[in-house]
Amino acid sequence: MRKVLTGNVAVAYGAMLSDVQVVAAYPITPQTTIIEELATMQADGLVDMDYIRVESEHSAMAACIGASMGGARAFTATCGQGLFLMHEMLHYATGARTPVVLANVNRAAAAPWTIWSDQTDSVSQRETGWIQLYCEGNQEVLDTTIMAFKIAESLRLPAMVVLDAFFLSHTSEPIDIPDREQVRDFLPPFDPGDLWLDPNNPRTFGGITMNDAYMEFRWQIQRDMEKAKAVITEVHEEFARVFGRKYHQVEAYQAEDADVVIVVSGTVASTSRDAIDLLREKGQQVGMVKLKTLRPFPREEIIETLKGKKKVAIIDRNFSPGATGIWAQEIRNALYELPEGDRPLIYGYIAGLGGRDISVKVIESIYQKTLKDNRPDDVDMWIGVNYV
Amino acid sequence: MKEIRIHGRGGQGSLVLAQFMAIAALEDGKYGQAFPFLGGGGERRGKPILAFCRLSDQPIRLRSRVSEPDYVIVQDPTILNELDVAEGLKSTGTILVNTEKDVVKLGLKGSFRVFSISADDLARKILGRPIMNTALLGAFAALTKELSLDATLRAVKSKFSGELGEKNVRTVQESYKQLTGELS
Repeated sequence: MRKVLTGNVAVAYGAMLSDVQVVAAYPITPQTTIIEELATMQADGLVDMDYIRVESEHSAMAACIGASMGGARAFTATCGQGLFLMHEMLHYATGARTPVVLANVNRAAAAPWTIWSDQTDSVSQRETGWIQLYCEGNQEVLDTTIMAFKIAESLRLPAMVVLDAFFLSHTSEPIDIPDREQVRDFLPPFDPGDLWLDPNNPRTFGGITMNDAYMEFRWQIQRDMEKAKAVITEVHEEFARVFGRKYHQVEAYQAEDADVVIVVSGTVASTSRDAIDLLREKGQQVGMVKLKTLRPFPREEIIETLKGKKKVAIIDRNFSPGATGIWAQEIRNALYELPEGDRPLIYGYIAGLGGRDISVKVIESIYQKTLKDNRPDDVDMWIGVNYV
Repeated sequence: MKEIRIHGRGGQGSLVLAQFMAIAALEDGKYGQAFPFLGGGGERRGKPILAFCRLSDQPIRLRSRVSEPDYVIVQDPTILNELDVAEGLKSTGTILVNTEKDVVKLGLKGSFRVFSISADDLARKILGRPIMNTALLGAFAALTKELSLDATLRAVKSKFSGELGEKNVRTVQESYKQLTGELS
């Protein structure tokens, strides 16, 4: 069935089709319509779940962790300030090995107050041990929500579906809604195995750990995060077999013979496809690489894709003050191990913070600058800033 | 691909109108994308706001603001005193204004075409309230032929059922007829 849906409603459909059992959430623009839609779906009898209203995002995540430890499939959604408030519990969800799924609508950080999009909220959670899956369109949002449960539950690690505020959350477009029974075959009920809070077999989890054991818990998380790369690829492939839509952790578009490769994530990937086609028509040897996963970082695939390219332009819709854009950091880190002749020049661009438009023209100007400059002017170049 | 910019005031349902168009596009077997102003402040009632729509035969990948629209729709004529609704409009473009005034008195000058419909009055007459989006939808379809009448009617029925659905269908049919008459 094809319907015109916003990104937020697409998330709700994804959670509903995944037969989510517990939703604990706190409203915050531009996320609110996700949990509103889920509440409507519950009222309409479309999903059999408990809906826990909480007093903050911190409590929302705490409730999801509890539900997940109780063996339930748990989901929440938030954005920006809400995700920042959740931060402590995000670490806890990973440590407790609870496969909670969270949809984060990318909202820029206050102050000054804003409701518009950039990735600062989600990239700030890079070290929490959450799998992060970025989306470029509403179809990908719906499909990724379903896949996120499968990925998270098979690894016992939490997963975050990330979508740009307004550019996706409030944008309506036609989406194919997967068949419910097919989704049920693809994603069977959550099986916590022996690791859950069973009232008939009381046990405690997460108690104090001394320095002879803590490091092993962390190592297991790292081992499973590394394993996640293969798991995500398998889930992408299985999803493609069942539903006919293929996603990639690293997707190259017109990049094979490209001299300049633009690396992007989120909705900028979508707009970049138009920009690349336009530049190709003008005879430019330019391509694009779309990154879907920030964690685990697809290091090997990135090296393989960008090895031997002359110039790589990374567009970061986020920034780490005192350092650089996060995707640029990650890519520099990965490519450093290449021998000098194979290692591309890295041009890091900061653009689109606080929802500023990243149009085809902006992408084209980034390409032209990268093509023209023999070396990057600086470790980061800010696009379209009125310096005052 | 055709791009549309809608000027309204917070609470008038600018995004709802854009969504109707996107649903109608799907009904026509095409692609539509509807989205609100990306880059403004909060959603205050009464404040001039924007919504955008793209219509295409192909899947739409552009996810930036519409800056050079083919069509502009003005839901509230008082906005004409506050900003230039023709900004960036293609020279071959069209503006549709919801007003009872004669278009020549609107002061819109350029190589673009300007049409008007008294959508408020039509909505008052049929719906009993000046909620004019379905009237503008019908007028837009008649004026531009970017959406079929049938698709706009199905789009309206998908959102409103029962008596309200029937009244909105009549509103679309009536505005479609008015503008078709004006064009002939």
